[in-house]
Amino acid sequence: MPIGNGFKAENLALSIRRCIKLVSVEEKVPIDIDEVDKDFVDMVKKAGGPNIQSCFQCGTCSGSCPAGARTNYLVRGIIRKALLGLKEECVSSPELWFCTTCYTCTDRCPQDVQPTEVIKAIRNIAVQSGYMLAPHQKVAAKVVEVGHAVPLGGTTWENLREKVGLIRVPPNASGNQWAIDEIQKITKKSGFDDLIGYEEFMKAEAEKAKKKAEEKAKEKAEQEAKEKAKEKKA
Amino acid sequence: MTKKPTYYHFLGCVIPHRYPSVEKATNLVFEDLGIKLLDLVGASCCPAPGVFGSFDRVTWATISARNLTLAEEGGHSITTGCNGCFASLWDANHELKHDDELRDAVNENLSVIDREFKGTIEVTHYVDALYASAGLEKIREKVTRPLEDVRMALHPGCHWMRPKNIKKKDDSEHPQIFRNLCETSGATYLPYKDELICCGAGGAVRTADVKTALDFTKQKFESIEAVGGADIIVTPCPFCELQLDLGQVEIQKFFEKEFRYDVMHIVELLALAFGHDPDEFGLTTHLQYMQRKIQPNWEVLGIERPQPEDVAASE
Ligand code: SF4
Ligand code: SF4
Repeated sequence: MPIGNGFKAENLALSIRRCIKLVSVEEKVPIDIDEVDKDFVDMVKKAGGPNIQSCFQCGTCSGSCPAGARTNYLVRGIIRKALLGLKEECVSSPELWFCTTCYTCTDRCPQDVQPTEVIKAIRNIAVQSGYMLAPHQKVAAKVVEVGHAVPLGGTTWENLREKVGLIRVPPNASGNQWAIDEIQKITKKSGFDDLIGYEEFMKAEAEKAKKKAEEKAKEKAEQEAKEKAKEKKA
Repeated sequence: MTKKPTYYHFLGCVIPHRYPSVEKATNLVFEDLGIKLLDLVGASCCPAPGVFGSFDRVTWATISARNLTLAEEGGHSITTGCNGCFASLWDANHELKHDDELRDAVNENLSVIDREFKGTIEVTHYVDALYASAGLEKIREKVTRPLEDVRMALHPGCHWMRPKNIKKKDDSEHPQIFRNLCETSGATYLPYKDELICCGAGGAVRTADVKTALDFTKQKFESIEAVGGADIIVTPCPFCELQLDLGQVEIQKFFEKEFRYDVMHIVELLALAFGHDPDEFGLTTHLQYMQRKIQPNWEVLGIERPQPEDVAASE
């Protein structure tokens, strides 16, 4: 069984505004080609996939694709659907996110379609349409929050740096608040914050952290009360 | 005297935050070769091309361009040891130099922090810097501890050389440059079928679904196994390194299959070949070693280590 079928819905199904759920290609109902969006091809071209219309469906891309070899992701199929104007079909399919952007298809496509760029362009439109996986929203928010997708993240990692003989905090954005301020100004201006729902996300995260802290405090208090009671007995 | 080749050192996220041994090894190797590295103070995430590029192309290009303007201010080109950072910065630099519409949009965004992309510098990978600024001859001269009899499987990764028609560096179906560099260490190149497939981590796939990402990695290991196994796996990218190194621990968890390969970034391989002690750059801090509580296979690497008793006695 291709492992793409083994996804847990709770890991993947969350999006900002809509839910996407992964089903295998075999289980899908036939697509309704009456529901076409005539502007979709132009949108893809503008969003970074200018060569999409050169595709003649030879399948070299899918034949080369390591993502397609193990999941229900089919790059040629997505390109064909896009050319038919099936916007909703393309942007709502979670398997769109299985491409690792390895560029093997791009290096082999006889028509210079640059399928990797087409997929990235369709992903841009998917995000604009409200389809984004929860872990992706989280990593996008991390860059806005601290300037890095993989943050330094506390003393454990600072100790590790020291252990190999480096300064504890590197000279990148991790140690330079001004750099983070600049990133935040940029992402506000470009509309990225709104796009990923940054403020709501951060509020929700703060709420979660607060709840966790409260629970911990409660647990601690209970533990202490128990110990006191034990002491009294003794 | 000729001036030392000088680069701004773009660290990114994974090297300084998870694999600091690569950062330290880079400092050692570049110093040995007389290449000067300057801190690129205040540089952020590149940002990850397959991730941010997939969310919003203009924001991706703007954050990347901000990093480029930091280097433009100082007037030196950038070098980075990460395929992802390289792709992000190189692609953005290239696209902004050729796409006026994108450049206008990016500069409009950058105007709120009083910056402007000018397009005055170049972006290189360590592989380029080592190959072009030092050269194979000079690198060979520095090798004092050749890794003889070490069978080395290579993982060049994707973004240093692809897309080949745009990057115009190496033939992505038969790459030579990375192999030539690795072979200066004296280790023996071990071909295997899936050398050129992706590690599985890119394109935000590791973030979305680590098991699918690891399935790529597992295929790679099985392909290495099919040719009798390698002593080490060498890569020019810390994200691939993480996926191949820590990935072994994760594969064991997800697929109940145990692999045990030492994984090194090319600068770590060169640091060893140049005679540096593994502790000088913290080779044992790789996440696989720490989580499995094991050590590199010293005997195979031909590196003598003080016995635990000796350490105790000297303390
Ligand atoms: S390889 Fe190129 S032309 Fe062939 S199907 Fe894929 S995108 Fe279309
Ligand atoms: S870039 Fe994406 S679509 Fe193309 S071969 Fe690689 S994983 Fe498949």
